[in-house]
Amino acid sequence: MSKIVNKEFFSENVVKLEVEAPLIARSRKAGHFVIVRVDANGERIPLTIADSDIEKGTITLVIQKIGASSTKITNLNVGDELLDVVGPLGKATHIDKFGTVVCSGGGVGVAPLLPIIKAMKAAGNKVISVLAARTKDLVILEEQVREYSDEVVIMTDDGSYGKAGRVTDGIEEIAKREKIDLCVTIGPAIMMKFVSLLTKKYDIPTVASLNTIMVDGTGMCGACRITVGGKTKFVCVDGPEFDAHQVDFDEMLMRLGAYREQEQEAKAKLAK
Amino acid sequence: MATDRNEAWREELRKAKSPKERTAQPRVQMNSLDPKYRARCREEVNQGLTAEQAVAEASRCMDCPNPTCMTGCPVSINIPGFIKNIERGEFLQAADVLKETSALPAVCGRVCPQEKQCESQCMYVKMKKEPVAIGYLERFAADYARENGTKKADSNIKKNGIKIAVVGSGPAGLSFAGDMIKKGYDVTVFEALHEIGGVLKYGIPEFRLPNRVVEAEIDNLRDLGVVFIKNCIVGKTITVDELKADGFKGIFVASGAGLPRFMGIEGENLTGIMSSNEYLTRVNLMDAGNPDTDTPVLKGKKVVVVGGGNTAMDSVRTALRMGAERAIIVYRRSEEEMPARIEEVHHAKEEGVEFMTLHNPIQYIGDENGRVTKVRLQKMELGEPDASGRRSPVEIPGAIEEVECDEVIVSIGVSPNPIVPNSVAGLSVSKKGTIEVNEGMQSSIPMLFAGGDIVRGGATVILAMGDGRRAAAAMDEYLKK
Ligand SMILES: Cc1cc2nc3c(=O)[nH]c(=O)nc-3n(C[C@H](O)[C@H](O)[C@H](O)COP(=O)(O)OP(=O)(O)OC[C@H]3O[C@@H](n4cnc5c(N)ncnc54)[C@H](O)[C@@H]3O)c2cc1C
Ligand SMILES: Cc1cc2nc3c(=O)[nH]c(=O)nc-3n(C[C@H](O)[C@H](O)[C@H](O)COP(=O)(O)OP(=O)(O)OC[C@H]3O[C@@H](n4cnc5c(N)ncnc54)[C@H](O)[C@@H]3O)c2cc1C
Ligand code: SF4
Ligand code: FES
Repeated sequence: MSKIVNKEFFSENVVKLEVEAPLIARSRKAGHFVIVRVDANGERIPLTIADSDIEKGTITLVIQKIGASSTKITNLNVGDELLDVVGPLGKATHIDKFGTVVCSGGGVGVAPLLPIIKAMKAAGNKVISVLAARTKDLVILEEQVREYSDEVVIMTDDGSYGKAGRVTDGIEEIAKREKIDLCVTIGPAIMMKFVSLLTKKYDIPTVASLNTIMVDGTGMCGACRITVGGKTKFVCVDGPEFDAHQVDFDEMLMRLGAYREQEQEAKAKLAK
Repeated sequence: MATDRNEAWREELRKAKSPKERTAQPRVQMNSLDPKYRARCREEVNQGLTAEQAVAEASRCMDCPNPTCMTGCPVSINIPGFIKNIERGEFLQAADVLKETSALPAVCGRVCPQEKQCESQCMYVKMKKEPVAIGYLERFAADYARENGTKKADSNIKKNGIKIAVVGSGPAGLSFAGDMIKKGYDVTVFEALHEIGGVLKYGIPEFRLPNRVVEAEIDNLRDLGVVFIKNCIVGKTITVDELKADGFKGIFVASGAGLPRFMGIEGENLTGIMSSNEYLTRVNLMDAGNPDTDTPVLKGKKVVVVGGGNTAMDSVRTALRMGAERAIIVYRRSEEEMPARIEEVHHAKEEGVEFMTLHNPIQYIGDENGRVTKVRLQKMELGEPDASGRRSPVEIPGAIEEVECDEVIVSIGVSPNPIVPNSVAGLSVSKKGTIEVNEGMQSSIPMLFAGGDIVRGGATVILAMGDGRRAAAAMDEYLKK
């Protein structure tokens, strides 16, 4: 059982939760995630650890309301408990001094990007963050990102904030201007696919953090498998970060839809 | 002693019936649910023997002076010893005899491949008759004790204050924990999942091994003082070094062989294709078949299951219970080579599972949404025996067949869980990824012992149980030094 000690709304559909998990707080690194089960009937869903506080013994999760499970979690309040939280899972991000690092996040992907931005900055990199969202209200964590970035570019689809355009437009502008040594991208699969296509064109090494469907998160089921460089990999243990240029994003997009019907039913049922 | 062959009651019992009378009796038939009914629900297929049936079956056993059955049992249970106690009506004593050797008789009575072990060595087989139903009798005695026995309060165990950690709560970990707590150690079991029991919970389905049978064993251990910590992955949440620093003097790794293998053929990542681990975990651990839970599971109408082991049989029969109209086993060798328990194959057939033996998948074909619609199968024939002694399948050139399907479950074996081996520096690990141990189950790191599937690769419950007990004895010796 992990008690929620703090809750904050980043936007209407994005919630930050600080939950008690002292062992995980102690052992986690940037890039790690946890698997959460909200209650006895809940499914196991993966969520990135956005931050932790070893003293308080807490970890921070940022959750976007999408379907039934994420809605159930975001509906919880301070004092409520998550039934199961297990982790830290996955491989930690490879942090090094690369030079200029572009960190591009879309939507809720900015939350898992934040610890990477922090760590890249601490390792002595020049960090340029590109945050993208559909509209102004959906831009999250801007202040925190600014704190650890040398430069922040904000892109909105409708131009209501920052520049109008997609995340790829933001990255391309930088690529035309200066040498980028590494690009890190986290967001919807479709966004990462296009970032990957762009950076391939500019020959920029790129790491994507993949959000496939998972069950156990420990390599036991293979639900999270994808093709990287022609080989099947398990995202939960071999990733979640991979060389984006090797990832078969089309296959990943297809696999994300495996349970679409059931998910829609579950959402409709919860709404009732 | 309930196991002494020379006790007066036992001699009398032997004389009560002549061997001729004994061998003239037919083997008992297990009471089981009607195939049509059971194939659509989760109830346990085998209902167990009645007391009368058990006593009658026990009376078939000739109480041989050289009980060959025991040589077939991987842990040498005193088989005639427990059977004769059943024959004389002392069911609780029969269970005590079993408990001397086996920590999990109610489980093993249900899931051991008896036809390859004890029952294959029974004298009856040499006489060309059906063996004594040792497995059914084992289950009977263990169930009787669980349902009717008074719990023995072992509260007077003398504690020695030494802390021991167990990694994994499958049969190896549970058996080890039971022995160590009785020896006076403080035992803590760490489990990665949110349920205790390992494969017994997430793998083997309710219709073959009901959760209450496993729960009873876990409750027993809890009552004895074993502490269970769920959602804790040793090597991730907490490391072996941290356990040492926390004062744990011995660690038993029983983390199993949980990683599914795939074939690596074209189309295997289409949606609708999954490992048996994923499928069974969704249904057993997450209860995805129940509309009140949030975890989804595909309920295919035409389900193909690839493989011939227990896991394949469990998956294909689960598919029927999830509403499949056609459930097909595809296996590359012939039925004779199938590693599954014979009873499971038999039950699967009764329930309407189709068997396509000597067929091997070579490609999956999907629709425009990437959902599997067809599997291409290569027909095989049996060639020369391979290293395992089984005749290896060879392709028949050009003989290819397509089968329509909307769900495929790949059940071709598992690999050792790498989390612990990868996280402990200096631990000797084989090429296959199993932890290397000596005959006392001790690894290259003296305070670290290991057993079960993490040492053997995918094996059996009884071997995992035996490893747990052997490791407990050896670790106790080691720590006393
Ligand atoms: C390593 C990793 C880290 C993640 N980190 C975060 C995070 O920090 N914050 C956040 O909001 N989301 C994160 N996600 C995504 C999050 O797990 C899904 O949004 C969530 O599971 C959706 O569940 P749902 O029931 O609300 O939605 P559903 O209606 O069930 O599904 C919506 C979509 O989410 C995906 N999804 C469904 N079930 C799962 C599952 N069991 N595992 C993974 N994806 C699934 C599917 O693509 C589906 O189309 C992460 C995913 C991964 C793999
Ligand atoms: C579907 C299926 C059917 C089977 N049917 C039969 C049968 O009929 N008869 C038979 O004899 N055998 C059968 N087997 C095989 C048998 O179940 C296994 O051989 C046996 O369970 C192995 O026991 P174990 O204790 O070594 O490991 P497991 O039962 O695999 O338990 C290992 C446990 O360790 C946990 N774990 C792993 N890593 C860590 C970690 N780092 N930290 C904490 N916990 C961890 C896992 O989550 C798991 O709970 C079957 C297996 C399957 C999958
Ligand atoms: S070999 Fe068969 S008949 Fe002989 S003791 Fe064993 S079970 Fe009884
Ligand atoms: S989530 Fe089960 S193997 Fe990755």
